[in-house]
Amino acid sequence: MNTVTLANDSMTFPSSGTTTTSSVNKTDVDIHSVVEELKRAKQAVGKPFLDNPKFKTRDVNVYYNQTKQAIFNASLDIGRNEVIAMIGPSGCGKSTYLRCLNRMNDTIPGTKVTGDLLLDGEDIYAKDQDPVLLRARVGMVFQKPNPFPKSIYDNVAYGPRLHGLAVNRSELDDIVEQSLTKAGLFNEVKDRLNSPGTGLSGGQQQRLCIARAIAVSPEVILMDEPTSALDPIATATIEELIDELRSSFTICIVTHSMQQAARISQRTAYFHLGYVVEVNDTNTVFTNPGHRLTENYITGRFG
Amino acid sequence: MSNATAIVKAGLTKRYARERRFRLFGLVSIVISLSFLAALLITIFAQGLPALRQTYIQLPVNLDPALLAVNASDSPELLQKAKYAKAIEAALIERFPGVTDRKQKMALIRGLLSKSADNELKSQVLANPKLIGSQQNFWFLANDDIDTYIKGNIDRSLPEADRRIKDFQLAWLDDLEAKGQIEKRFNTVFFTSGDSREPEQAGVLGALMGSFYTMFVTLALSFPLAVAAAIYLEEFAPKNNPLVDFIEVNINNLAAVPSIVFGLLGLAVFIQFFGVPRSTPLVGGLVLSLQTLPIIIIAARAALKAVPPSIRQAAYGMGASRMQTVFHHTLPLAMPGILTGTILGMAHALGETAPLLMVGMVAFIMSVPEGITDPATILPVQIYLWSDSPERAFVEKTSAAIIVLLFFLILMNLLAVLLRKKFERRW
Repeated sequence: MNTVTLANDSMTFPSSGTTTTSSVNKTDVDIHSVVEELKRAKQAVGKPFLDNPKFKTRDVNVYYNQTKQAIFNASLDIGRNEVIAMIGPSGCGKSTYLRCLNRMNDTIPGTKVTGDLLLDGEDIYAKDQDPVLLRARVGMVFQKPNPFPKSIYDNVAYGPRLHGLAVNRSELDDIVEQSLTKAGLFNEVKDRLNSPGTGLSGGQQQRLCIARAIAVSPEVILMDEPTSALDPIATATIEELIDELRSSFTICIVTHSMQQAARISQRTAYFHLGYVVEVNDTNTVFTNPGHRLTENYITGRFG
Repeated sequence: MSNATAIVKAGLTKRYARERRFRLFGLVSIVISLSFLAALLITIFAQGLPALRQTYIQLPVNLDPALLAVNASDSPELLQKAKYAKAIEAALIERFPGVTDRKQKMALIRGLLSKSADNELKSQVLANPKLIGSQQNFWFLANDDIDTYIKGNIDRSLPEADRRIKDFQLAWLDDLEAKGQIEKRFNTVFFTSGDSREPEQAGVLGALMGSFYTMFVTLALSFPLAVAAAIYLEEFAPKNNPLVDFIEVNINNLAAVPSIVFGLLGLAVFIQFFGVPRSTPLVGGLVLSLQTLPIIIIAARAALKAVPPSIRQAAYGMGASRMQTVFHHTLPLAMPGILTGTILGMAHALGETAPLLMVGMVAFIMSVPEGITDPATILPVQIYLWSDSPERAFVEKTSAAIIVLLFFLILMNLLAVLLRKKFERRW
């Protein structure tokens, strides 16, 4: 069965020589067969599962407005202290999947999530699981830097204050300083902790958001295209920072930049039309992809 | 290519002409509306500003114990009952000894000074009983006709029969003027007393306090209710729920209901059914809150909606509950908009008249209200009442009351602008 489809593929995507337009047209024609194929595949190509993972997700389905399905039977593991990159074309469900991991999808009315999502073996969608507690354990950094319109200090101190992590002012000061230091921002802002966080540059704002997220000592940090609104220099700083943070946190990052995924992640998951197509070591995914859709994407034939 | 350029070029003149025409229309409409506003303000100020000064007449009064029927050593209760009117009458006759005609004498006693002259004298004497037994010069409030004449609103050249002020009165006034015993002073009465049938004694304070208490009740009721309703509808209510949609539509409808209907509702529900005392700021405030509620709800919802979703996401992402997200982030950021909407709604309520006529706030009330359950009237109703009064002197009072109302309206709008400037945050 698989070989037949592959044969089909070589017709759909003849390698070099064809113009981009024709291959795009072919993909459009073939979208139903692609969906059929993805549906038939019971699990992603590569090595989606790990021993003793941080996050274990099985058969995750996400529906928006009760009817529109965004994710189909996503099953993959996220290891401890690893950076896993989620890549794929726009609308492929990678952000939706990411937002399942700290139940941010709960805040969108009409969203339904089914399947098993286990954090350290604990069902995060269980009835008795509190999303507030979960979000303290699984922090999030968003695409657009979104510091609160408060001072730099208050931005970082917000989480610890919210969850009562500091008993007194000096402890809170310590948390703020440590978080800003870890986020590589402390030296730049130490003289103006009381000036508004919104007055920083884009890259600094994003690092402030990272500092805010790590101030509550989460176990996992989810990053939804954290550098897409930043210039290359700020992006490089954030990437270095992510690499340093790996020692203390598990990081899931959604990115549109394949170079970024290759640079910073240990494992990469490729999403397509709501399906997890391939999960493997980053190196393998980019040098020897196991699925033709992955290959098409990383070689720039679509997406 | 060049063909397209030619077509664009040919159309350019037309395009610019259209733009110029549009700008001209805009300018013309602004000029027209500004000139109407200017005409309105000029009329009101021209008529109302003279009311800030009031005519006073100086009169030497002999505080003869025999005339007053009290002594300086008497108790305050007795001093209260002394015959001050008699002393003034005697003083007037002494001041103008030539008056013998009965009619002229009546005009002298009743028509020169305000009817409150004896009260003015009483308060002076009560403040300093030692004055009894001496001859003192006192300044008394002039009668409204005299005041109108002094302010130049009665034409001397008219035939006597057409004048409220007769020739013999003119002679007295000329005499007083020559001796410097008549002058215009700042009209403190207007700002310190309630309504009166006598224009010279009528003040705006009663209506002002009535408006203040009414606004207080309105604000205290409508602001928390409206903000809570807006937060619920915007942040908590399920989206696309038919019941919620129905409520939303009806809130918008409520904002468009003619205010007199709220007045009738208030009459039927608050007064007839709940027995709230009529003519009070309490019932007026209740009625006006009905009217202000939808305005504030709509403004507050718009302000909440304008808070960027990224802020909510950030708060949820930090593990804040919905309630914490609202109270830590959304509400503070929406506050300038909510306050602006509230103040504009309140300014609207301050100028509202029709619904309050329905709940009895149109009554003639002389005393200054001291609480929300005292009978009271409000500024716009006071303006309505005065504009309806026959006395010439009420014309300027009406305009002066309008100035006071406009002053508070502008003050409130200014406050709205300042609050918005102060609390506005950028993100």
